[in-house]
Amino acid sequence: MLKISNLRVAVENTEILKGIDLEVKPGELHAIMGPNGSGKSTLANVLAGKEEYEILNGSVTFKGHDLLEMAPEDRAREGLFLAFQYPVEIPGVSMANFLKQAVNEIRQYRGQESLNARTFLSTMREKLNLVQMDEKFISRSVNEGFSGGEKKRNEIFQMAMLEPSLAILDETDSGLDIDALKIVADGVNKLRTKDNAFIVVTHYQRLLNFIVPDFVHVLYQGKIVESGDKELALHLEEYGYDWVKEEAKEQQAVEE
Amino acid sequence: MIKEAQTEPKVEWYINAFEKFEKSLNGDKEIPFHAVRKKAIEKFQQLGFPTTRIEEWKYTNIKPILDQQFGTIDKPQKIDKSNIDNYRIKGIEENLIVFVNGQYIDEFSHITLSSKNLVIKSLSRAFRENPDLIKKHLTHYASYTEEPFVALNTAFTREGTFIYVPDDTVLDAPIHVINISDPGQTTFQSHPRNLMIIGKNSQVSLVETLNHLSDNVYFQNSVTEVLVRENAIVDHIKIQDESKLSFRIATTQVQQEQSSVYHTFSIDLGGALVRNNLNIGLNGENAEANLFGFYFINGKQHLDNHTNIDHLVPNCNSNELYKGILDDKSRAVFSGTIFVEKDAQKTNAFQSNKNLLLSNEAEIDSKPQLKIFADDVKCSHGATIGQIDDEALFYLRQRGVSLEDAHILLRQAFASDVFEKIRIPAAKEYINQLISERLKSEI
Repeated sequence: MLKISNLRVAVENTEILKGIDLEVKPGELHAIMGPNGSGKSTLANVLAGKEEYEILNGSVTFKGHDLLEMAPEDRAREGLFLAFQYPVEIPGVSMANFLKQAVNEIRQYRGQESLNARTFLSTMREKLNLVQMDEKFISRSVNEGFSGGEKKRNEIFQMAMLEPSLAILDETDSGLDIDALKIVADGVNKLRTKDNAFIVVTHYQRLLNFIVPDFVHVLYQGKIVESGDKELALHLEEYGYDWVKEEAKEQQAVEE
Repeated sequence: MIKEAQTEPKVEWYINAFEKFEKSLNGDKEIPFHAVRKKAIEKFQQLGFPTTRIEEWKYTNIKPILDQQFGTIDKPQKIDKSNIDNYRIKGIEENLIVFVNGQYIDEFSHITLSSKNLVIKSLSRAFRENPDLIKKHLTHYASYTEEPFVALNTAFTREGTFIYVPDDTVLDAPIHVINISDPGQTTFQSHPRNLMIIGKNSQVSLVETLNHLSDNVYFQNSVTEVLVRENAIVDHIKIQDESKLSFRIATTQVQQEQSSVYHTFSIDLGGALVRNNLNIGLNGENAEANLFGFYFINGKQHLDNHTNIDHLVPNCNSNELYKGILDDKSRAVFSGTIFVEKDAQKTNAFQSNKNLLLSNEAEIDSKPQLKIFADDVKCSHGATIGQIDDEALFYLRQRGVSLEDAHILLRQAFASDVFEKIRIPAAKEYINQLISERLKSEI
């Protein structure tokens, strides 16, 4: 589904990602962990198509398309979804209007008919239920005045509405209390199928108690320095990131 | 910077135009009001045109207007009825007053509202049929002794809308005034003069639309006088969509008595150079003035909104919100002044101007001002200037919304709250649709 090869990315002339290789297949859930500043969010944003990044090298294919050549909206329409670390408040745009437009533009791209008002409403109710959000949210402006937890749940709600084939969750767990964390994790688990895939970007192992990953990768200084299964996450929980940093230093010394 | 015009020869040109206008009046010269016209042109000659050296005109140079020599159209232009139908508003079609190039068109106008002593007609007819009301009210609210454009309008006053609502009369259907400009091959000037007298405990809604059939050069200098008497309520909507080559100076002078409400909404879309002067005098306690505005300009359009709200007595409220979207090299001016006189204790006055700039070359000069001479008041004012939020744009696109649609959504979102203030449902629907189409078509 997604294949990242030797991806190197800079922001304002500073190289952040220094050669990433990653392959994600349908049905898989990959966790990307790492200390702050290692490039996790940069990777998520580059995949979604945020513009301020400079691609130095490498390639990303998504369902056979050259992802890096695609506009952000086309990536979304092909099925790539980013749950934002900091969801943007958009005063004056109601959730209902925004989602109707998003759902229908995506459906149009896929050659499907627009949802009629009744189907749209009943789908929306069903998906709101999934993340235990009240119906009144849909008449409010997008994220405006939402609490931190509500914003994160709103991201999962939108994911449920848009039914992406690849969802990237960028630190969706940060700032969530345990109840909200369970709601978010529960939502993700219910949306997992053999056909879709997830990349869960997180600093902490906590979320992975509830969302069990197939693969865990450790990103450090712009490189994936370790890959393993869920045991790797537990190891990180116990020993922190220091050993990763030590190993990276040794590796660097060998190379030099 | 445009060079300042030599205004004296221009004043001379308008004096000559007045002499020609006088000759064309024939019988109309005999009405008592003609003496006022003559006084006004004399006053205009003394006042001359304003220059940018005057604070009130600092940001608006009227040289482009003075560089033109406009003809006058003294016969009604023949236009097809379908042109009128295009500008009718669904739901407010019962009461229609139609002007083409400033000339009243009787065959397209019809008024179904009726009530004892209610008068809704063209000003020219009112001159003949209601001389006492004219004498009592016309020129009593807008001063032609201080404002040159009011003086010029007064000198050329001949036509406009006249509405007299007696006491205790609630008009349940809105009145729609359609103004259409279609100068054909010539340029023209017109000086529409409107007068609205709304009696005690009465209520009226007025929607004015200003449209054009062709992109031509013309100059309108209008004056509207409104008297809102005790406990009366007026809803006044103006939708200006003139030719982008046209010039427009519009002065609205409102006088409010005790417990009256004047609720106005002004939309400006057209015009090469437009100056709106909206002056409100709150003369009776518990009066309330609500001023809302929206503008969307592009190209090299210049739009100047000047509002003055004068709190003369205690316990009055005023609310003001103007929002604008500017593209290309357009330029807008907002100058809003709230005076709170010494006696006007317990005044509540709120004023805000918000702008969205779509281009680096667009310019807004926003000048909200409070002049407070009382000590027990609640007043606030503010101005903001912003751009489309890139983060919001990316967020919308990440959900599958196209770049273009995301821009439209964000423009509509910026404007949406001000349109909530329109209180005539049919007009609100019409305006929402008009603005939404305009925001889409000019992307």
